[in-house]
Amino acid sequence: MKPTVAVVASLSGAVKRYGALTALDGLDLMLHRGELLALLGPNGAGKSTAISLLLGLARADAGQVELFGRDPQDIEARRRIGVMLQSSFLPPTLTVGELLRLTSSYYPAPRPLAESAEMAGIADLLSRRYAALSGGQQRRVQFALALCGRPELLFLDEPTVGMDIEARQKLWTAIRGLIAEGCSIVLTTHYLEEAEALAQRVVVLGKGRVLSEGSVDALRSHVAMTRIRCISDLDVSALAQWNGIAQAERDGARILLHSDAPENVLRRLLDADPALSELEVRRAGLAEAFTELTRESAIDQEAA
Amino acid sequence: MSVITINRVPPQPMPTRRLLGAYLMEARSECLRYFRAPGFLLPVTLFPTMFYLLFGIVMNRHADADTARYLLASYGVFGVMSPGLFGFGVSLALERENGLLTLKRALPAPPGAYLLGKMSMAMLASGTVMALLLALAIGVAHVQLSALQALLFLLMGMLGVLPFCALGMLVGTLVKGQGAPGVINIIYLPMSFLSGLWMPLSTLPPVLQRIAPIWPSTHLRELALKAVGMGQSPAWPHLLVLAAFGVGFFLLASRRLHRIG
Repeated sequence: MKPTVAVVASLSGAVKRYGALTALDGLDLMLHRGELLALLGPNGAGKSTAISLLLGLARADAGQVELFGRDPQDIEARRRIGVMLQSSFLPPTLTVGELLRLTSSYYPAPRPLAESAEMAGIADLLSRRYAALSGGQQRRVQFALALCGRPELLFLDEPTVGMDIEARQKLWTAIRGLIAEGCSIVLTTHYLEEAEALAQRVVVLGKGRVLSEGSVDALRSHVAMTRIRCISDLDVSALAQWNGIAQAERDGARILLHSDAPENVLRRLLDADPALSELEVRRAGLAEAFTELTRESAIDQEAA
Repeated sequence: MSVITINRVPPQPMPTRRLLGAYLMEARSECLRYFRAPGFLLPVTLFPTMFYLLFGIVMNRHADADTARYLLASYGVFGVMSPGLFGFGVSLALERENGLLTLKRALPAPPGAYLLGKMSMAMLASGTVMALLLALAIGVAHVQLSALQALLFLLMGMLGVLPFCALGMLVGTLVKGQGAPGVINIIYLPMSFLSGLWMPLSTLPPVLQRIAPIWPSTHLRELALKAVGMGQSPAWPHLLVLAAFGVGFFLLASRRLHRIG
């Protein structure tokens, strides 16, 4: 039995051009209920354009865009979403409470004001003017505005930019809470550890297409390499000939190995140099996988 | 993997009461927001009242009572134009640039709430300026006005701001960001002069007198004079011209806004 997923929004074969520039080149993307999808990619990969289409801010030149089975410009569909944009200006002379009440008024059944404020960690800021807040506090207010309407789908575009570590952790906790409520989330971020910590599914975009799609683990396994670092005086050019070692470099007293068979390599390595010390073994993270993917696509482009 | 699309019917329809509430909330927020911003409120209220006090009252102490009455009408129109042009045009131009309009379009703000909110703000600001001018005219210059005349003058200000909102909106869709105040001033100040708000039309060169009817402010000045009991021509042609200006500018602007966002 194949698993059934509920789709809350989708792009199919979406094409968007800005003059000579093709921002989206036949993009297929599905957002599932109750899932956090991280949308990654270098600048200009098409992340913002994809979000603009899903929010109804721009029209696709070709292909289909659906939000809850409707046109995203249909207000009935948009009443089920919450939005936190990357660069948001809000009226500086209004208080946080006034901003929250205004945004809540757009929705049929919003959260109580106190609940939204509590979830975003701004309960103590309600009577302050927006202009008087720090950048991180303003970001939290924008997050409160995004969740106040009890959305079924939340768009978070670079939500933690400008936040300190503590604020970021709190926001992550709030995001996990929303997913537990059944909310779907689309997250774009430059912080790969954010995607690693939160995402059930990661889509990597490049040049307006999907380069890779899958779980964080699946994406990571795309780069099967494990990094081994240690202090040793073994000869790196000899090591590079070993089975299971793809790359060997020396960095001062340390050597750095990339291996696709780390268990075998480690056994041999420890035998070969009993004096070996400060051993570190690390699987490739999302960052390496991401670099690898976008590099490959650049090479493909050149080869094509 | 089989796929089902989430139900097409929204689980929570928007109750009419909440929809109306959203429009009211938008208007309230827009008014609060600008009335708390001295950078907007001070020039809009101070310029017409200071000008009226200085040129209409202090410098005309020995003139007859009709001078203060006449100048109440023309500085009144001068005061009506700026909340419309600046409150609507400049703020739209800035918000197209700083992302607030984008956010409003992404959020389920009810259709037109953003524009209606700005409109109510401009009407309230214009009404405030009219009230200040009336207070100066009656209290300081001792212009004799009946309650009905004062009310008509207030009404002239609050409704007369609408064609200038539409003109401001059109400029706001043509110019983006910080360039807008300059462009608005290039329209506001010459138009005020050319429609006889600073000096009576009869003192301007004949060619300028002849083209005066192309400015909406000329027609609003006629209505303002009528409100304070000085107009000579019937009101309805001026009302029609102003309505046509308003609708025309609005249609052009909303078409452009729809296309460019």
